[in-house]
Amino acid sequence: MPMPIEALEAALREGFPDARIEVDDLAGDGDHYRARIVSSAFKGLPRVKQHQLVYAALKGRMGGELHALALETSAPA
Amino acid sequence: MTEAATTDPVHDFIAKAVADHPVILFMKGVPDQPRCGFSAAVAQILDTLGVEYVGVDVLQSEPLREGIKRFSDWPTIPQLYVKGEFVGGCDIVREMYQTGELRSFLDQQGVAVAE
Repeated sequence: MPMPIEALEAALREGFPDARIEVDDLAGDGDHYRARIVSSAFKGLPRVKQHQLVYAALKGRMGGELHALALETSAPA
Repeated sequence: MTEAATTDPVHDFIAKAVADHPVILFMKGVPDQPRCGFSAAVAQILDTLGVEYVGVDVLQSEPLREGIKRFSDWPTIPQLYVKGEFVGGCDIVREMYQTGELRSFLDQQGVAVAE
C-alpha cells in the first residue's frame, strides 16, 4: 500500500508548519521513506515523544498505508 | 509499568512480559530468524552489545501485533523495552547505539553489556 511522497510531505507540513522537512524515497517504491524534520515542536522532548508527534501528524497511516518511514527528528540549534 | 491492570488480556500479557524481562524485544520473527529488516537490525545491535534479551514474535498473534502498538502508542514494530520502559523502535535504537548512548543507558539500568 504505497503512499505518494507528495502526500507524505503534505501531511508532515501540516503537522509541523514551522519545520525544515526533507523526505527521501529510499527504495523508489513509494513505500520506504526517510524523513528529516527539524522543528521547534521537538524542543526538550525525548526521541520517543518526538517520533510520536510525527506519527500523530500522520493520523494513523504509519504502520498501515505507510510501511517504512525512517525518522530523524531534532529541534533547531 | 505504572499502568493499572485492565480487563484487556493482551495488554496484561504485555505488561507482565515487560515487567518480567529486563530486556525484551517485540519483533517480527525470532532473534535467530528475524522476518523483517528493522527487527533484524535491532536484534543485531543487542547481539553486538552482548545483551541477554527475550524476543517475542508478534507475527504469531494478530491480537498481540495490534496490542503492542496500542500499549506504547507506537505504530510500528520492533519495539524495545528495558526494565519495563519503552526505549524506542529501530531508528531510535540505532541512533542510540551509534552515539554510544544505548550502551551507557543499559549500564545505568544494570543490564550486563559485553566489553
